[in-house]
Amino acid sequence: MKRRTLFAAATAVATLALTVPAFAQETLKIGAVGPKTGPLAGGAAVSFWPNVQLWAHDVNEAGGITVGGTSYMVEIIEYDDQTNPGETIKAVQRLATQDEADFILAPYSTGLNIAAAPIFQRYGYPMVTHTAISDQIEDLSNKFPNMYFLLGGATGLAGGVVDVLTDMREAGEIGNRVAMVNVADAFGIELASVGKPQLEEAGFEIVYETSYPLGTQDLSPVINGAKDSNPDAFVAWSYPPDTFGLTEQAQIAGLAPKAFYTAVATAFPAYAGRFGAAAEGVLGAGGVYADGDQFKEYAARHEAVTGAKPDFWASAPTYATFEILHQAIEGAGSTDKEAVAEYIANNSFETVIGPVDWDENNSNAKYWTVGQWQGGVFKGVASTGRDGAVAAMPKSGWE
Amino acid sequence: MMTTTEYRNLAIGAALFILAACLPFVGGAYLLTIGVTIAMYTVLATSWALFSGPTHYISLATAAFFGLGTYTTGLGFEHLDYWLLVPLAAILGAALAAIVGVATLRLSGVYFVIFTLGLAELIRQLVTWGQNVSGQKGLYVLTDLTEVHIYWQLLVLAALVYLTGWLIGRSRLGFALRIIGDDEEVARHSGINTARAKVLLFMVSGAAAAATGAILAPRYIYIEPALAFTPMLSFQVVIMALLGGTGRLWGPVVGVIPFTFLWEAISASFPNQTTLLLGLCFLAIVFILPKGFVGLLTTIRTRMNAREAFS
Repeated sequence: MKRRTLFAAATAVATLALTVPAFAQETLKIGAVGPKTGPLAGGAAVSFWPNVQLWAHDVNEAGGITVGGTSYMVEIIEYDDQTNPGETIKAVQRLATQDEADFILAPYSTGLNIAAAPIFQRYGYPMVTHTAISDQIEDLSNKFPNMYFLLGGATGLAGGVVDVLTDMREAGEIGNRVAMVNVADAFGIELASVGKPQLEEAGFEIVYETSYPLGTQDLSPVINGAKDSNPDAFVAWSYPPDTFGLTEQAQIAGLAPKAFYTAVATAFPAYAGRFGAAAEGVLGAGGVYADGDQFKEYAARHEAVTGAKPDFWASAPTYATFEILHQAIEGAGSTDKEAVAEYIANNSFETVIGPVDWDENNSNAKYWTVGQWQGGVFKGVASTGRDGAVAAMPKSGWE
Repeated sequence: MMTTTEYRNLAIGAALFILAACLPFVGGAYLLTIGVTIAMYTVLATSWALFSGPTHYISLATAAFFGLGTYTTGLGFEHLDYWLLVPLAAILGAALAAIVGVATLRLSGVYFVIFTLGLAELIRQLVTWGQNVSGQKGLYVLTDLTEVHIYWQLLVLAALVYLTGWLIGRSRLGFALRIIGDDEEVARHSGINTARAKVLLFMVSGAAAAATGAILAPRYIYIEPALAFTPMLSFQVVIMALLGGTGRLWGPVVGVIPFTFLWEAISASFPNQTTLLLGLCFLAIVFILPKGFVGLLTTIRTRMNAREAFS
């Protein structure tokens, strides 16, 4: 009984008592698999699990998902995959065959999503991924036609940085000199390898370039090297621990260029929590239309229900994938997986991140690429076609 | 010459193998997924015990060989025929084990344990470094292989491991290893080339783990260092083998099967405490069943014999 989210049942009972009993009450079993332990547990605890909780709360509070004359409450069945693809496969298989889940939310992270894709495909579950970033979306969507991608790709994310820097250069705020560093792990490597040629093509001079292993404790050589090269812009394709480490070290060493960019986790509320006013003007991967009413309402609900603020990158798209599933079930007027999958393929959706539709590779082509801390909020400054971007401003020191 | 008992054991083994091969026809997809997990850990734990059982050298290098195998498939499958990759991975695994073995098997005790643990991390860092230089991220192994294919491949591999183990047990090498396990000094004085014997066995173990990795790569599809070289794998293999007991060839599988179901039950029922409960199980196994199920059986048999003697 513990694995069933109790509040789903509790909410269902409460709602039952309040609503006019004109609709028959049914339950949809929704599976959720993600890391609660292992290397990715920290990220999932910020971007994934709170949104699962919030979505179930929102749906049930609004009276469930309405299909025909019936409203379905959602019951979440959660499993921990321990950041291990073998466990993800087992958990999704268990959901499909043992729990007979009606739908399964996409797992967390690129590797775990792709490992689970064949099982989603075999049982016909639509799979709208929120945190899978791949440079092989075309191959994947050919192989797994039920698989959709919402968060964008490395080329766009790196391209956004180059666009922002180019704009700042044209405005006369920065010069040509870029110091570029990357964490020698997975996504950091990919961003660096697509980012470097784009920077060079845009006419930037890379005056310092280095990489460091994931988990490096002492980042002072990296920052000192960058500082000695006297850059106009500092770009770090970094991961959560080093995003924090590099920022801290830059403050200590007094590396304060007009453009300071760190990648993953800059958009986390914890970043502003740690650096306070010094975070002002820092650029990072992701972003949202932070001034939009949709996001503001979502953020307020997120905090009220889960007790934590959403991050300014993956949180809202994660919630959006659940909204898409919700709308597709209602739109298809059926809880049949195939009908819902077909509805997803042929429709666009209005979500917390704005309208979402699919390109020829089942991918959302319009996503946020760069954000900047401005007045305590991480605002989107560049995207591949989203509304609501604000202008990037030059950073003025660490005070 | 083979004795009647040995013929009988071979026949039982073959019958069990055929029975296991029928799982995809009788069990559902869920049982098959569990079956793949059991087959995978059976190969890994049995081949681990082939080396560590008689020599008492605890190797934590399973993840290193396993990762090597997944990368063999990941890097090679666009250039080579898939069916060549598994044997190739086995050869590479054996070669790596030989190099490592020659360098370290003269070490003993805790030095060897630490080295093997570091080996997986070392190779993982090398792969990461290679990726950083080449700018390439994860690898994709998109094939048409399904879980049934992977399950059968693992079963065949398991059969090969058992056959190898059985042959080694009957050979001079197996005899030499048992002596090394009892007292390495005595073995050396009896004229046994202890280093050579240990390296050979380590190579068998490494080859089997690498082949397992190569077979499983199409199941994971997406290969990256953090997933392929996860140190958890090495520990799981050790704990499963110890639960079964390393004294007999069939020991590890007796540990793998209950442990897989236990693991599954914990994962399904306590998604928020999985790791905690697994840790408690590890402790329980070490304290309550230090010699595994094999040891438990031996103890029971000895007691029963003693009782008969008194009556």
